[in-house]
Amino acid sequence: MTRVLSIVAATLALTSTAAYAGGHCAAGKTLTEGKLTIATGNPAYYPWVLDDAPESGQGFEAAVAYAVAEEMGFAAEDVVWVRSSFDEAIQPGAKNFDMNMQQYSITAARDEVVDFSAPYYTAPMAVLVSPGATETAPTLEALRDLQWGAVGSTTAVPKLTEVIQPSKDPLLYGDNADVNAAMSANQIDAALFDLPTALFLSAVMIEGSKVIGQFAPDASDNPDQFGMLMEEGNPLKACVDEALAALTQSGELAVIEATWLQDTTGVPLIE
Amino acid sequence: MTATKAAGLTRRQRYEAQQRRRSLIIAATSTFVVVACLIIFVPMTPGWEKVQRSFFNGGVLVDTFPRLLDAFMINVMIFAWSAPAIAILGLLIALARDVKSPALFPLRVFGATFTDVFRGVPVILTVYLIGFGIPGLGLPRPWNSPYIWGSLALILTYSAYVAEIFRSGIDSVHQSQRSAALSLGLTERQVMRDVVLPQAIRNVVPSQMNMLIALQKDVSLLSFIGPVEIFRQAGVFKSLTANFTPYVGAAIIFLIVTIPATRYADYLMAKQMRDRS
Repeated sequence: MTRVLSIVAATLALTSTAAYAGGHCAAGKTLTEGKLTIATGNPAYYPWVLDDAPESGQGFEAAVAYAVAEEMGFAAEDVVWVRSSFDEAIQPGAKNFDMNMQQYSITAARDEVVDFSAPYYTAPMAVLVSPGATETAPTLEALRDLQWGAVGSTTAVPKLTEVIQPSKDPLLYGDNADVNAAMSANQIDAALFDLPTALFLSAVMIEGSKVIGQFAPDASDNPDQFGMLMEEGNPLKACVDEALAALTQSGELAVIEATWLQDTTGVPLIE
Repeated sequence: MTATKAAGLTRRQRYEAQQRRRSLIIAATSTFVVVACLIIFVPMTPGWEKVQRSFFNGGVLVDTFPRLLDAFMINVMIFAWSAPAIAILGLLIALARDVKSPALFPLRVFGATFTDVFRGVPVILTVYLIGFGIPGLGLPRPWNSPYIWGSLALILTYSAYVAEIFRSGIDSVHQSQRSAALSLGLTERQVMRDVVLPQAIRNVVPSQMNMLIALQKDVSLLSFIGPVEIFRQAGVFKSLTANFTPYVGAAIIFLIVTIPATRYADYLMAKQMRDRS
Protein backbone atom coordinates (compact mmCIF):
# COMPACT_ATOMS: atom_id res chain seq x y z
CA MET A 1 0.00 0.00 0.00
CA THR A 2 2.65 2.47 1.06
CA ARG A 3 4.60 1.43 -2.00
CA VAL A 4 1.70 2.23 -4.30
CA LEU A 5 1.28 5.57 -2.60
CA SER A 6 4.94 6.46 -3.00
CA ILE A 7 4.85 5.52 -6.67
CA VAL A 8 1.80 7.71 -7.17
CA ALA A 9 3.50 10.53 -5.33
CA ALA A 10 6.68 10.14 -7.37
CA THR A 11 4.72 10.12 -10.64
CA LEU A 12 2.81 13.20 -9.57
CA ALA A 13 6.02 14.96 -8.65
CA LEU A 14 7.55 14.00 -11.99
CA THR A 15 4.61 15.20 -14.04
CA SER A 16 4.33 18.47 -12.19
CA THR A 17 8.06 19.12 -12.60
CA ALA A 18 7.76 18.27 -16.27
CA ALA A 19 4.81 20.59 -16.74
CA TYR A 20 6.68 23.32 -14.92
CA ALA A 21 9.92 22.91 -16.85
CA GLY A 22 8.05 22.95 -20.12
CA GLY A 23 6.08 25.97 -19.00
CA HIS A 24 8.47 28.85 -19.00
CA CYS A 25 11.93 30.24 -18.61
CA ALA A 26 11.41 31.25 -14.98
CA ALA A 27 12.66 27.89 -13.66
CA GLY A 28 15.46 28.41 -11.15
CA LYS A 29 15.32 32.18 -11.40
CA THR A 30 12.82 32.97 -8.67
CA LEU A 31 13.46 33.61 -4.98
CA THR A 32 11.71 30.38 -3.98
CA GLU A 33 11.70 27.58 -6.53
CA GLY A 34 8.24 27.14 -8.02
CA LYS A 35 6.86 30.31 -6.40
CA LEU A 36 6.65 33.82 -7.75
CA THR A 37 7.04 36.44 -5.02
CA ILE A 38 5.48 39.78 -5.89
CA ALA A 39 5.65 42.90 -3.71
CA THR A 40 3.07 45.63 -3.55
CA GLY A 41 2.63 48.78 -1.49
CA ASN A 42 1.62 48.92 2.15
CA PRO A 43 -1.20 49.75 1.87
CA ALA A 44 -1.92 49.06 -1.80
CA TYR A 45 -4.32 51.63 -3.19
CA TYR A 46 -7.45 51.38 -5.29
CA PRO A 47 -7.84 50.99 -8.32
CA TRP A 48 -4.50 49.19 -8.48
CA VAL A 49 -5.42 46.69 -5.80
CA LEU A 50 -8.93 46.41 -4.37
CA ASP A 51 -9.45 46.40 -0.60
CA ASP A 52 -5.69 46.15 -0.03
CA ALA A 53 -5.99 42.41 -0.84
CA PRO A 54 -3.82 41.56 -3.86
CA GLU A 55 -4.43 37.82 -3.26
CA SER A 56 -7.94 38.30 -4.62
CA GLY A 57 -6.62 39.32 -8.04
CA GLN A 58 -9.03 42.24 -7.91
CA GLY A 59 -7.73 45.58 -9.13
CA PHE A 60 -5.58 46.45 -12.14
CA GLU A 61 -2.12 45.61 -10.82
CA ALA A 62 -3.29 42.49 -8.99
CA ALA A 63 -4.97 41.27 -12.19
CA VAL A 64 -1.89 42.03 -14.29
CA ALA A 65 0.28 40.22 -11.72
CA TYR A 66 -1.80 37.05 -11.95
CA ALA A 67 -1.96 37.23 -15.76
CA VAL A 68 1.84 37.61 -15.96
CA ALA A 69 2.31 34.77 -13.46
CA GLU A 70 0.05 32.50 -15.49
CA GLU A 71 1.88 33.40 -18.69
CA MET A 72 5.14 32.49 -16.95
CA GLY A 73 3.75 29.11 -15.96
CA PHE A 74 2.87 29.77 -12.33
CA ALA A 75 -0.48 28.68 -10.95
CA ALA A 76 -2.44 31.30 -9.00
CA GLU A 77 -1.64 29.59 -5.69
CA ASP A 78 2.09 29.80 -6.45
CA VAL A 79 1.98 33.59 -6.36
CA VAL A 80 3.22 34.88 -3.00
CA TRP A 81 2.54 38.48 -2.00
CA VAL A 82 4.79 40.58 0.20
CA ARG A 83 4.71 44.28 1.08
CA SER A 84 7.47 46.77 0.53
CA SER A 85 8.11 50.48 0.67
CA PHE A 86 9.83 52.39 -2.09
CA ASP A 87 13.01 52.56 0.02
CA GLU A 88 13.11 48.80 0.51
CA ALA A 89 12.75 48.36 -3.24
CA ILE A 90 15.81 50.47 -4.06
CA GLN A 91 18.11 49.59 -1.16
CA PRO A 92 21.30 47.82 -2.20
CA GLY A 93 21.54 44.09 -1.55
CA ALA A 94 19.23 41.11 -1.79
CA LYS A 95 15.50 41.72 -2.19
CA ASN A 96 12.62 39.82 -0.61
CA PHE A 97 10.62 39.85 -3.84
CA ASP A 98 11.01 38.68 -7.42
CA MET A 99 9.22 41.74 -8.69
CA ASN A 100 7.63 44.79 -7.16
CA MET A 101 4.49 46.38 -8.54
CA GLN A 102 3.30 49.67 -7.14
CA GLN A 103 2.99 52.16 -9.97
CA TYR A 104 6.71 52.60 -10.42
CA SER A 105 7.38 55.04 -13.22
CA ILE A 106 10.30 53.97 -15.34
CA THR A 107 13.02 56.64 -15.40
CA ALA A 108 16.56 56.52 -16.72
CA ALA A 109 18.05 57.42 -13.32
CA ARG A 110 16.10 54.70 -11.50
CA ASP A 111 16.99 52.22 -14.21
CA GLU A 112 20.66 52.57 -13.30
CA VAL A 113 20.01 51.19 -9.82
CA VAL A 114 17.24 48.65 -10.42
CA ASP A 115 15.76 46.84 -13.41
CA PHE A 116 12.31 47.54 -14.83
CA SER A 117 10.13 45.23 -16.85
CA ALA A 118 8.58 46.43 -20.07
CA PRO A 119 5.83 48.96 -19.25
CA TYR A 120 2.43 47.48 -18.42
CA TYR A 121 0.58 50.79 -18.30
CA THR A 122 1.09 54.30 -19.59
CA ALA A 123 -0.28 56.74 -17.08
CA PRO A 124 -1.30 60.25 -18.01
CA MET A 125 -0.81 62.79 -15.22
CA ALA A 126 -4.01 64.46 -14.10
CA VAL A 127 -4.93 67.52 -12.09
CA LEU A 128 -7.17 67.06 -9.07
CA VAL A 129 -8.55 70.31 -7.63
CA SER A 130 -10.14 71.03 -4.26
CA PRO A 131 -13.88 71.84 -3.98
CA GLY A 132 -13.04 75.55 -3.93
CA ALA A 133 -11.14 75.51 -7.23
CA THR A 134 -13.32 73.38 -9.50
CA GLU A 135 -13.95 76.34 -11.82
CA THR A 136 -10.27 76.62 -12.76
CA ALA A 137 -9.78 76.44 -16.53
CA PRO A 138 -7.61 73.52 -17.70
CA THR A 139 -4.86 75.78 -19.05
CA LEU A 140 -1.29 76.09 -17.82
CA GLU A 141 -1.73 79.82 -17.08
CA ALA A 142 -4.73 79.21 -14.83
CA LEU A 143 -3.07 76.25 -13.10
CA ARG A 144 0.10 78.18 -12.36
CA ASP A 145 -1.50 80.40 -9.71
CA LEU A 146 -2.95 77.58 -7.62
CA GLN A 147 -1.34 76.33 -4.43
CA TRP A 148 0.00 72.92 -5.49
CA GLY A 149 0.57 69.70 -3.63
CA ALA A 150 1.90 66.28 -4.63
CA VAL A 151 3.34 63.09 -3.22
CA GLY A 152 7.05 63.77 -2.83
CA SER A 153 8.23 60.35 -3.96
CA THR A 154 6.49 60.40 -7.35
CA THR A 155 7.42 61.68 -10.79
CA ALA A 156 4.61 64.22 -10.33
CA VAL A 157 7.20 66.47 -8.64
CA PRO A 158 9.46 67.06 -11.68
CA LYS A 159 6.36 67.35 -13.87
CA LEU A 160 5.04 70.03 -11.55
CA THR A 161 8.22 72.08 -11.43
CA GLU A 162 9.11 71.69 -15.10
CA VAL A 163 5.76 71.84 -16.90
CA ILE A 164 3.33 73.71 -14.65
CA GLN A 165 5.93 75.89 -12.90
CA PRO A 166 3.65 77.11 -10.11
CA SER A 167 4.05 80.65 -8.84
CA LYS A 168 3.97 79.48 -5.20
CA ASP A 169 6.24 76.73 -3.83
CA PRO A 170 4.36 73.41 -3.92
CA LEU A 171 3.82 71.48 -0.70
CA LEU A 172 4.92 67.85 -0.78
CA TYR A 173 3.64 64.90 1.23
CA GLY A 174 4.53 61.33 2.09
CA ASP A 175 1.56 59.53 0.56
CA ASN A 176 -1.88 59.91 -1.01
CA ALA A 177 -3.61 60.00 2.35
CA ASP A 178 -1.61 63.04 3.47
CA VAL A 179 -2.40 64.89 0.23
CA ASN A 180 -6.07 64.15 0.94
CA ALA A 181 -5.75 65.56 4.43
CA ALA A 182 -4.07 68.73 3.12
CA MET A 183 -6.73 69.19 0.46
CA SER A 184 -9.51 68.63 2.98
CA ALA A 185 -7.87 71.21 5.24
CA ASN A 186 -7.84 73.61 2.27
CA GLN A 187 -4.06 73.93 2.47
CA ILE A 188 -3.70 73.09 -1.23
CA ASP A 189 -5.91 73.87 -4.24
CA ALA A 190 -4.62 71.27 -6.62
CA ALA A 191 -2.61 68.08 -6.68
CA LEU A 192 -0.97 66.10 -9.44
CA PHE A 193 -1.56 62.33 -9.64
CA ASP A 194 -1.66 59.65 -12.27
CA LEU A 195 -5.14 59.72 -13.82
CA PRO A 196 -6.62 56.52 -12.32
CA THR A 197 -5.55 57.59 -8.81
CA ALA A 198 -6.89 61.11 -9.35
CA LEU A 199 -10.27 59.78 -10.55
CA PHE A 200 -10.51 57.48 -7.54
CA LEU A 201 -9.62 60.24 -5.08
CA SER A 202 -12.17 62.65 -6.54
CA ALA A 203 -14.93 60.04 -6.69
CA VAL A 204 -14.44 58.44 -3.31
CA MET A 205 -12.05 60.24 -0.99
CA ILE A 206 -12.46 64.01 -1.25
CA GLU A 207 -16.04 65.18 -1.52
CA GLY A 208 -16.57 67.98 -4.04
CA SER A 209 -13.13 67.68 -5.60
CA LYS A 210 -12.79 67.31 -9.36
CA VAL A 211 -10.33 66.08 -11.98
CA ILE A 212 -10.22 69.07 -14.31
CA GLY A 213 -7.67 67.91 -16.84
CA GLN A 214 -5.03 65.44 -17.91
CA PHE A 215 -1.72 65.79 -19.67
CA ALA A 216 -1.61 63.74 -22.85
CA PRO A 217 0.83 60.93 -22.02
CA ASP A 218 2.41 60.83 -25.46
CA ALA A 219 2.79 64.62 -25.64
CA SER A 220 5.59 64.74 -23.08
CA ASP A 221 9.11 63.56 -23.91
CA ASN A 222 9.06 61.36 -20.85
CA PRO A 223 5.64 59.73 -20.50
CA ASP A 224 4.93 58.03 -17.21
CA GLN A 225 5.12 54.33 -17.89
CA PHE A 226 4.65 51.88 -15.07
CA GLY A 227 7.03 48.95 -14.92
CA MET A 228 7.61 46.10 -12.50
CA LEU A 229 10.70 46.77 -10.44
CA MET A 230 13.32 44.05 -10.12
CA GLU A 231 16.76 43.78 -8.61
CA GLU A 232 19.45 45.05 -10.96
CA GLY A 233 20.55 42.23 -13.24
CA ASN A 234 17.67 39.90 -12.30
CA PRO A 235 17.58 37.11 -14.95
CA LEU A 236 13.81 36.93 -14.49
CA LYS A 237 13.43 40.19 -16.43
CA ALA A 238 13.57 38.43 -19.80
CA CYS A 239 10.74 36.08 -18.75
CA VAL A 240 8.59 38.90 -17.40
CA ASP A 241 9.11 40.97 -20.54
CA GLU A 242 8.23 37.98 -22.69
CA ALA A 243 5.05 37.39 -20.69
CA LEU A 244 4.06 41.05 -20.91
CA ALA A 245 4.69 41.09 -24.65
CA ALA A 246 2.46 38.02 -25.06
CA LEU A 247 -0.29 39.64 -22.97
CA THR A 248 -0.08 42.83 -25.00
CA GLN A 249 -0.15 40.90 -28.26
CA SER A 250 -3.16 38.80 -27.29
CA GLY A 251 -5.03 41.89 -26.15
CA GLU A 252 -5.42 40.49 -22.63
CA LEU A 253 -3.61 43.45 -21.07
CA ALA A 254 -6.05 45.84 -22.77
CA VAL A 255 -8.97 43.79 -21.46
CA ILE A 256 -7.61 43.95 -17.89
CA GLU A 257 -7.14 47.70 -18.27
CA ALA A 258 -10.71 48.13 -19.50
CA THR A 259 -12.00 46.00 -16.62
CA TRP A 260 -10.28 47.77 -13.77
CA LEU A 261 -9.45 51.26 -14.92
CA GLN A 262 -12.16 53.76 -15.60
CA ASP A 263 -12.60 55.13 -19.10
CA THR A 264 -10.43 58.25 -19.06
CA THR A 265 -11.40 59.87 -22.35
CA GLY A 266 -13.94 62.15 -20.64
CA VAL A 267 -11.22 64.13 -18.89
CA PRO A 268 -10.17 67.17 -20.98
CA LEU A 269 -6.59 67.50 -22.13
CA ILE A 270 -4.49 70.37 -20.78
CA GLU A 271 -2.94 72.36 -23.58
CA MET B 1 66.90 70.62 20.17
CA THR B 2 64.40 69.01 22.47
CA ALA B 3 67.40 67.93 24.45
CA THR B 4 68.58 71.50 24.94
CA LYS B 5 65.10 72.54 25.99
CA ALA B 6 64.71 69.53 28.22
CA ALA B 7 67.98 70.37 29.92
CA GLY B 8 66.19 73.08 31.89
CA LEU B 9 63.49 70.68 33.11
CA THR B 10 63.38 68.70 36.31
CA ARG B 11 63.51 64.91 36.16
CA ARG B 12 59.86 64.75 37.02
CA GLN B 13 58.89 67.12 34.17
CA ARG B 14 61.09 65.19 31.78
CA TYR B 15 59.40 61.98 32.79
CA GLU B 16 55.92 63.47 32.33
CA ALA B 17 56.82 64.91 28.92
CA GLN B 18 58.04 61.49 27.89
CA GLN B 19 54.82 59.89 29.14
CA ARG B 20 52.76 62.41 27.18
CA ARG B 21 54.75 61.77 24.03
CA ARG B 22 54.35 58.06 24.50
CA SER B 23 50.57 58.16 24.90
CA LEU B 24 50.36 60.51 21.92
CA ILE B 25 52.24 58.02 19.77
CA ILE B 26 50.06 55.14 20.97
CA ALA B 27 46.86 57.11 20.34
CA ALA B 28 48.02 58.11 16.86
CA THR B 29 49.03 54.56 15.99
CA SER B 30 45.79 52.96 17.18
CA THR B 31 43.69 55.59 15.39
CA PHE B 32 45.71 55.03 12.24
CA VAL B 33 45.25 51.26 12.46
CA VAL B 34 41.48 51.53 12.97
CA VAL B 35 41.05 53.99 10.08
CA ALA B 36 43.30 51.90 7.84
CA CYS B 37 41.28 48.76 8.65
CA LEU B 38 38.06 50.59 7.77
CA ILE B 39 39.50 51.88 4.51
CA ILE B 40 40.98 48.53 3.54
CA PHE B 41 38.41 46.02 4.77
CA VAL B 42 35.04 47.72 4.20
CA PRO B 43 35.58 47.99 0.42
CA MET B 44 36.52 44.29 0.40
CA THR B 45 32.98 43.28 1.45
CA PRO B 46 31.00 41.84 -1.46
CA GLY B 47 28.22 44.46 -1.32
CA TRP B 48 30.46 47.50 -0.96
CA GLU B 49 30.26 48.54 -4.59
CA LYS B 50 26.45 48.58 -4.49
CA VAL B 51 26.37 50.38 -1.16
CA GLN B 52 28.82 52.94 -2.45
CA ARG B 53 26.70 53.53 -5.55
CA SER B 54 23.53 53.87 -3.47
CA PHE B 55 24.78 55.95 -0.54
CA PHE B 56 28.03 57.64 -1.53
CA ASN B 57 27.49 58.54 -5.15
CA GLY B 58 29.67 61.56 -5.91
CA GLY B 59 27.76 62.60 -9.01
CA VAL B 60 24.39 62.54 -7.26
CA LEU B 61 25.81 64.41 -4.28
CA VAL B 62 27.22 67.22 -6.43
CA ASP B 63 23.96 67.50 -8.38
CA THR B 64 21.70 67.67 -5.35
CA PHE B 65 23.77 69.44 -2.69
CA PRO B 66 23.03 73.07 -3.70
CA ARG B 67 19.27 72.42 -3.75
CA LEU B 68 19.53 70.70 -0.36
CA LEU B 69 21.28 73.79 1.02
CA ASP B 70 18.42 75.95 -0.31
CA ALA B 71 15.88 73.68 1.36
CA PHE B 72 17.86 73.85 4.61
CA MET B 73 17.06 77.57 4.77
CA ILE B 74 13.45 76.56 5.45
CA ASN B 75 14.66 74.52 8.44
CA VAL B 76 16.64 77.50 9.69
CA MET B 77 13.62 79.76 9.28
CA ILE B 78 11.25 77.45 11.21
CA PHE B 79 13.93 76.96 13.86
CA ALA B 80 14.49 80.70 14.18
CA TRP B 81 10.91 81.50 15.09
CA SER B 82 10.22 78.34 17.10
CA ALA B 83 13.23 78.50 19.45
CA PRO B 84 12.39 81.83 21.17
CA ALA B 85 8.73 80.84 21.47
CA ILE B 86 9.76 77.56 23.09
CA ALA B 87 12.03 79.33 25.58
CA ILE B 88 9.27 81.73 26.62
CA LEU B 89 6.46 79.16 26.81
CA GLY B 90 8.74 76.65 28.56
CA LEU B 91 9.66 79.18 31.22
CA LEU B 92 6.01 80.15 31.75
CA ILE B 93 4.99 76.51 32.18
CA ALA B 94 7.85 75.96 34.64
CA LEU B 95 6.71 79.00 36.63
CA ALA B 96 3.11 77.80 36.52
CA ARG B 97 4.19 74.53 38.12
CA ASP B 98 6.04 76.42 40.84
CA VAL B 99 3.23 78.68 42.08
CA LYS B 100 2.72 78.33 45.81
CA SER B 101 -0.58 80.18 46.27
CA PRO B 102 -3.52 77.80 46.92
CA ALA B 103 -5.82 79.99 44.81
CA LEU B 104 -3.63 79.36 41.79
CA PHE B 105 -3.72 75.58 42.18
CA PRO B 106 -5.51 75.15 38.78
CA LEU B 107 -2.44 76.73 37.19
CA ARG B 108 -0.25 74.01 38.69
CA VAL B 109 -2.62 71.34 37.44
CA PHE B 110 -2.50 72.91 33.98
CA GLY B 111 1.30 72.97 33.99
CA ALA B 112 1.54 69.34 35.07
CA THR B 113 -1.06 68.17 32.53
CA PHE B 114 0.63 70.12 29.75
CA THR B 115 4.03 68.56 30.37
CA ASP B 116 2.54 65.08 30.81
CA VAL B 117 0.58 65.23 27.58
CA PHE B 118 3.14 66.81 25.28
CA ARG B 119 6.08 64.84 26.60
CA GLY B 120 4.10 61.62 26.31
CA VAL B 121 2.81 61.97 22.76
CA PRO B 122 5.22 61.27 19.87
CA VAL B 123 6.19 64.54 18.16
CA ILE B 124 5.07 63.30 14.77
CA LEU B 125 1.55 62.62 16.04
CA THR B 126 1.32 66.13 17.48
CA VAL B 127 2.57 67.52 14.16
CA TYR B 128 -0.09 65.59 12.23
CA LEU B 129 -2.92 66.35 14.65
CA ILE B 130 -2.26 70.05 14.88
CA GLY B 131 -0.90 70.49 11.36
CA PHE B 132 -3.86 68.89 9.59
CA GLY B 133 -6.49 68.91 12.33
CA ILE B 134 -6.74 72.58 13.27
CA PRO B 135 -6.64 73.88 9.66
CA GLY B 136 -9.30 71.25 8.90
CA LEU B 137 -11.70 73.11 11.17
CA GLY B 138 -12.15 75.59 8.33
CA LEU B 139 -9.63 78.36 8.86
CA PRO B 140 -9.20 80.73 5.91
CA ARG B 141 -5.86 81.17 4.21
CA PRO B 142 -3.19 82.12 5.17
CA TRP B 143 -4.19 81.14 8.71
CA ASN B 144 -4.35 77.44 7.86
CA SER B 145 -0.71 77.34 6.74
CA PRO B 146 1.19 74.19 7.70
CA TYR B 147 4.10 76.44 8.66
CA ILE B 148 2.05 78.07 11.43
CA TRP B 149 0.42 74.95 12.86
CA GLY B 150 3.41 72.70 12.34
CA SER B 151 5.58 75.18 14.23
CA LEU B 152 2.98 75.33 16.98
CA ALA B 153 3.16 71.55 17.33
CA LEU B 154 6.94 71.77 17.74
CA ILE B 155 6.61 74.65 20.18
CA LEU B 156 4.12 72.79 22.38
CA THR B 157 6.14 69.57 22.46
CA TYR B 158 9.48 71.21 23.06
CA SER B 159 8.23 73.64 25.68
CA ALA B 160 7.06 70.66 27.71
CA TYR B 161 10.63 69.34 27.81
CA VAL B 162 12.18 72.76 28.24
CA ALA B 163 9.77 73.53 31.10
CA GLU B 164 10.91 70.42 32.95
CA ILE B 165 14.54 71.46 32.56
CA PHE B 166 13.78 74.97 33.81
CA ARG B 167 11.90 73.45 36.74
CA SER B 168 14.90 71.30 37.67
CA GLY B 169 16.98 74.48 37.50
CA ILE B 170 14.56 76.29 39.80
CA ASP B 171 14.59 73.37 42.23
CA SER B 172 18.39 73.38 42.22
CA VAL B 173 18.41 76.80 43.91
CA HIS B 174 18.42 76.02 47.62
CA GLN B 175 15.34 76.83 49.69
CA SER B 176 17.52 78.78 52.13
CA GLN B 177 18.14 81.39 49.44
CA ARG B 178 14.42 81.98 49.05
CA SER B 179 13.99 82.21 52.80
CA ALA B 180 16.90 84.63 53.09
CA ALA B 181 15.51 86.81 50.29
CA LEU B 182 12.03 86.79 51.84
CA SER B 183 13.46 87.76 55.21
CA LEU B 184 15.08 90.76 53.55
CA GLY B 185 11.60 91.93 52.62
CA LEU B 186 11.45 90.88 48.97
CA THR B 187 8.09 89.75 47.61
CA GLU B 188 7.59 86.22 46.21
CA ARG B 189 7.69 87.65 42.71
CA GLN B 190 10.92 89.56 43.34
CA VAL B 191 12.52 86.48 44.87
CA MET B 192 11.71 84.46 41.77
CA ARG B 193 12.78 87.16 39.33
CA ASP B 194 15.90 88.51 41.02
CA VAL B 195 17.21 85.62 43.10
CA VAL B 196 16.05 82.24 41.83
CA LEU B 197 15.71 82.59 38.06
CA PRO B 198 19.11 84.16 37.30
CA GLN B 199 20.82 81.20 38.98
CA ALA B 200 18.35 78.61 37.72
CA ILE B 201 18.68 79.63 34.09
CA ARG B 202 22.45 79.73 34.24
CA ASN B 203 22.49 76.24 35.73
CA VAL B 204 20.47 74.71 32.92
CA VAL B 205 22.08 76.40 29.91
CA PRO B 206 24.03 73.28 28.85
CA SER B 207 20.94 71.07 29.03
CA GLN B 208 18.95 73.59 27.05
CA MET B 209 21.68 73.62 24.40
CA ASN B 210 20.97 69.93 23.89
CA MET B 211 17.29 70.72 23.42
CA LEU B 212 18.22 73.27 20.76
CA ILE B 213 20.23 70.66 18.90
CA ALA B 214 17.35 68.18 19.11
CA LEU B 215 14.88 70.83 17.93
CA GLN B 216 17.10 71.66 15.00
CA LYS B 217 16.76 68.09 13.78
CA ASP B 218 13.09 67.67 14.62
CA VAL B 219 12.17 70.68 12.48
CA SER B 220 12.37 68.11 9.67
CA LEU B 221 9.22 66.45 11.00
CA LEU B 222 7.26 69.34 9.51
CA SER B 223 7.99 67.81 6.11
CA PHE B 224 5.15 65.35 6.82
CA ILE B 225 2.56 68.10 6.53
CA GLY B 226 3.83 69.83 3.42
CA PRO B 227 6.81 72.20 3.77
CA VAL B 228 9.60 71.15 1.45
CA GLU B 229 12.47 71.41 3.89
CA ILE B 230 15.76 69.56 3.56
CA PHE B 231 14.49 66.10 4.52
CA ARG B 232 11.60 66.20 2.03
CA GLN B 233 13.82 67.65 -0.68
CA ALA B 234 16.32 64.85 -0.12
CA GLY B 235 13.43 62.36 -0.27
CA VAL B 236 12.30 63.77 -3.60
CA PHE B 237 15.81 63.37 -5.00
CA LYS B 238 16.02 59.90 -3.51
CA SER B 239 12.85 58.85 -5.32
CA LEU B 240 13.84 60.36 -8.64
CA THR B 241 17.33 58.93 -8.67
CA ALA B 242 16.54 55.74 -6.72
CA ASN B 243 19.62 56.60 -4.68
CA PHE B 244 20.09 57.35 -0.98
CA THR B 245 23.01 59.74 -1.47
CA PRO B 246 20.79 62.86 -1.09
CA TYR B 247 20.03 61.73 2.48
CA VAL B 248 23.75 61.50 3.15
CA GLY B 249 24.06 65.03 1.73
CA ALA B 250 21.34 66.21 4.11
CA ALA B 251 23.11 64.48 6.99
CA ILE B 252 26.34 66.31 6.12
CA ILE B 253 24.52 69.65 6.24
CA PHE B 254 22.98 68.76 9.60
CA LEU B 255 26.37 67.72 10.96
CA ILE B 256 28.00 70.97 9.84
CA VAL B 257 25.52 72.75 12.11
CA THR B 258 25.12 70.28 14.97
CA ILE B 259 28.77 69.32 15.60
CA PRO B 260 29.89 72.84 16.55
CA ALA B 261 26.71 73.25 18.60
CA THR B 262 27.31 69.94 20.41
CA ARG B 263 30.94 70.83 21.08
CA TYR B 264 29.84 74.18 22.47
CA ALA B 265 27.31 72.47 24.74
CA ASP B 266 30.03 70.09 25.93
CA TYR B 267 32.31 73.05 26.60
CA LEU B 268 29.62 74.81 28.62
CA MET B 269 28.94 71.64 30.58
CA ALA B 270 32.65 71.14 31.36
CA LYS B 271 32.99 74.79 32.34
CA GLN B 272 30.05 74.48 34.70
CA MET B 273 31.57 71.38 36.31
CA ARG B 274 34.87 73.26 36.82
CA ASP B 275 33.12 76.30 38.28
CA ARG B 276 31.18 74.18 40.73
CA SER B 277 34.07 72.09 41.99
